[in-house]
Amino acid sequence: MTAKGNGQFESVGKHIVCDAEKCTGCELCVYACSFRYGKSFSSMKSMIKVVHLHPLLHLAVSCYHCKDPDCLRVCPTKALSQSEEIGVIQIDREKCTACGWCVKACPYGAMDLDADKLIVFTCDLCDGEERPVCIEWCSNEALEKGDLKTFREKVNAYIEKSKLAEYPEMKGFLNLNK
Amino acid sequence: MKAYAGKILIVDLSRKSFTRIVLEEPVAKSFIGGTGLGIKLLIDHCPPGIDPLSPENPLILVTGPTSGTIIPTGGNGHCFLAKSPLTNGLGQALSHGSFGSELKRAGYDAIVIKGRSEKPVYLWIDDNDRKLIDAEHLMGKSTYETELAIREEIGDFSIRVASIGIGGEKLVKYACIMNERHRAAGRTGLGTVMGYKNLKAIAIRGTNNVQVGKPEEFEKFAKEIRDLAKGPATEKYRTLGTPLNVLVLNSLSALPTRNFTSATFEGASRVSGERLHAELIRKTIGCSSCPILCEHIARIDEGPFKGALSRTEFETLWALGPNCGIDRLDAIVKAIEMTNAYGIDAISTGLSISFAMDCYEYGILTKEDTDGLELKFGNFEAMLQLVRKISLREGIGNTLAEGVRRAAQRIGNGVEKYANHIKGLEMTGYDLRGLKTAALGFAVSFRGADHNRHGAYDYDLKGKVDRFSPKNKGELVKNNEDWYTIIDSLIICKFSRGLYKDTFSDAAKLYSLVTGIEMTGEDMKRAGERITNIARIFNVREGLRREDDHLPPKIMSVPIPDEGIAKGSYVSQKDLNELLDDYYRVRGWTTDGIPTIAKLEELGLTEYVDIVKPLF
Repeated sequence: MTAKGNGQFESVGKHIVCDAEKCTGCELCVYACSFRYGKSFSSMKSMIKVVHLHPLLHLAVSCYHCKDPDCLRVCPTKALSQSEEIGVIQIDREKCTACGWCVKACPYGAMDLDADKLIVFTCDLCDGEERPVCIEWCSNEALEKGDLKTFREKVNAYIEKSKLAEYPEMKGFLNLNK
Repeated sequence: MKAYAGKILIVDLSRKSFTRIVLEEPVAKSFIGGTGLGIKLLIDHCPPGIDPLSPENPLILVTGPTSGTIIPTGGNGHCFLAKSPLTNGLGQALSHGSFGSELKRAGYDAIVIKGRSEKPVYLWIDDNDRKLIDAEHLMGKSTYETELAIREEIGDFSIRVASIGIGGEKLVKYACIMNERHRAAGRTGLGTVMGYKNLKAIAIRGTNNVQVGKPEEFEKFAKEIRDLAKGPATEKYRTLGTPLNVLVLNSLSALPTRNFTSATFEGASRVSGERLHAELIRKTIGCSSCPILCEHIARIDEGPFKGALSRTEFETLWALGPNCGIDRLDAIVKAIEMTNAYGIDAISTGLSISFAMDCYEYGILTKEDTDGLELKFGNFEAMLQLVRKISLREGIGNTLAEGVRRAAQRIGNGVEKYANHIKGLEMTGYDLRGLKTAALGFAVSFRGADHNRHGAYDYDLKGKVDRFSPKNKGELVKNNEDWYTIIDSLIICKFSRGLYKDTFSDAAKLYSLVTGIEMTGEDMKRAGERITNIARIFNVREGLRREDDHLPPKIMSVPIPDEGIAKGSYVSQKDLNELLDDYYRVRGWTTDGIPTIAKLEELGLTEYVDIVKPLF
C-alpha cells in the first residue's frame, strides 16, 4: 500500500493540535471523546489518542485534515470524502465496508475502526460544536484548533528546548517529526 | 451494576491454570473495591499463619469502581496486596498511572495470583485471553527495561505493564512493583512476593467499554470536580508538589534528620522543594484522567549524575536525603532513579541506609562490616553504593535487604534502638516526637509506620490541635482512617481529597453515579469502618496485639534536641497508653486492640468472628 501523497505535510482548515510542551499524557481527552461518541469510557472508541513517548513527551493525536489525504486515495468504495472548507473527513455509512485500508494508510494512526458498528471513524471536530470536548476537558490547555505547520513547529521547538535529543533513549522516537 | 467489570480472575501459577469468579453486588457494595475488596480477598484466600514466602500467599491486584472512567483521578489507581514478607502482617500498596484502568478495560475488577511458577514467567492479559509467557530472558532487567521489552515482543506500544526489578528477583524484603517507569506500589514487600512466585511482570491490554450507572449526571459531577481540581484546593501539588514539605516540616522541628536523631536539618534549603523546582524539574505531568498534575519530573543535566531522571516526591527525597544527612540533591535524584530501576521501596531503602549509618557512627559497624564503605551521615557516595548493594544482596547489603527490624536482630549489640520501624515497616518523614496525633495514627496503622493511611499529621501541622498533647486524639484518627480507606477503595487520589468537602456524602454520591448502586453518606462511612476493621482482623489473625501498636525507640526515649518550639518533646509510654486507650475505646475494640464480637456483627463481619472468639 503505497498511496503516499505529499498531503500529510499540509492540512486543510483547522484541526485539533496538541502542544507537546503542555501535554501531560493524562488522557482526559480520550475519555471525553469516547464518552461523547458512545456514552462509555474506552480507549478504542475515541477519535483522539495519546502517545506516551517519554515521561517528558506525550502527545495527543487526531485527524490532521491532510491536503490530498491518503485515506481517501486508498478507499476502494469511495466511502470517504473531505469537506473542502473545514477539511473534516466524512464517512458514508452505506458505502463503508470496514475493510480497514484507510486505517492502515493514515500516517498518523488517526483513522479507526469501530468493531461494533463495523464502520470507520475519525475526528469530526464534534460536529461543528464551538468547543470540542477534548479541548473542554484537557487538564493543561494543551489542545486547540490549529494547522499542521504550526503543530510541527511547536513540537520541534519543545524537543529542542527540553534537550530530549541529547538522551539516547529518545533516538527511535524523534524521527516522528522529521 | 455498572462500572465494575463484575469478574475476578484467579491464576494458579503452580498448575498454570485460570478460573474466573463473579464479583457479587453485596460484596462490591460492602467493600467498595480497591483496598477494601483487596483485604477481603486476601483474608479469604490467604491461609492463617503461613510464611509470606510460600506458594500459599496470594498476590492480589485490585482496581476500584472508578477505574477507567473520567472522574478526575478515578481512572488511575490500582492496589496490590499479600501477606507481607517484611512485616508478617497485612501487606498493601497502591500505585497510580494508567495500569489500573487497563485492567478494568480488560474485564476484571481483581486478579488473585496463587501458587508459584517453576520457571520465570510473566502474565499477559489481553481482554478475554490470558497466558503465562516465559520470562527467562527478562530476568535481571530493570523495571523500565522489562516494560519496554514486553511491549516490543507483544508488538503493541500501548499495553500496560507492572513489573519487578532485580530487587524483587533477589527477594529484597522491601522489593516493590513498578509501573510506567517511576510509579511504585512501593511498601511492604509486594515485589518480594512477586519475585518469590517467579512472576517477573503483569502485562495488560484492555479494549472493552467501561459503562457508568448514570452517564449524564456522572459527567456533570465529574466536570464539577474537574473544575475544582484546577483551583486552590490542589494548587500546592501543581506548584511545588510534596517536596514543599521539606521546609515546612523543618520550620516546625518535624523533619527527621540523621535517622531521627534531630528534627531539623541544616541542609534543608539545599534539598528543598523550592530548589528542586528551580534547578531540576523539567516538566510536570499527571496520571491518567487527572487534572491536578502533581507529578514533577526531575532530570539531572550536568555533573556526575547527568541523565538521571525520576519523578521526585517528598518521602523518597527525605528518606535518601535529610534522613541520611545528605544534602546533595542530584545524588538523591540519582538514588531515587536507582530504586525505581532496581524495584526496591525508596523509603525502606533510605531508612535501612540511615540505620546502618547510625550503627557506623556509634562504632558498632566498622569498615570491615561495610565492605570498606565509610558510612557516615552525609556520605552520598556510600549511600548510592548501598542502594546497589541492597538490591543485589551484596555484602552488608544482604543484611540491610532484610529491613531494619531483622537487620537489627542480626547485628545485635543493642542496635534495635536505632531501628526506626513500626511493626517492621520503616518510618516515613514525620518526626512523631512533636506530632502526637500523627504518632497515634502511625502506631495503629494497618501496614505499620505509615502517614498515608490516615493523614493525622494534618491536624498537628495545621495547628488544629495541640500537637504536644496526647489527649483526645482517638476520634480524629478514626475518622481520618475510615475516610482515607474509602479513598483507597474507590481508588481516587488522596491529593483530590480536598475536592470532596462532604467526604463520605460526596463519595457516596460519586459511587451511586458511577455504579448505579444507591449509597448514602452513612453507608459509605460504615463501609470505611468495616474495611478498617477487616484490616485489623487480618493482622489479629496473624498474631498482632496491642504491643505491636508501638513507636520506634527513639520516638519514645530521645527528646527532640533542636532549639525551638519542639525542644524536649517525645512520646512517653504514658502518652502512648493514653493515645491507644482513647483510640481503642472510640473504635469499640478491647483494651488489647481486638475488635469485639459485637463490633464485628454490627459491621456485617460476622463470618470473621471465629478469628477473635478464642481470644476472649
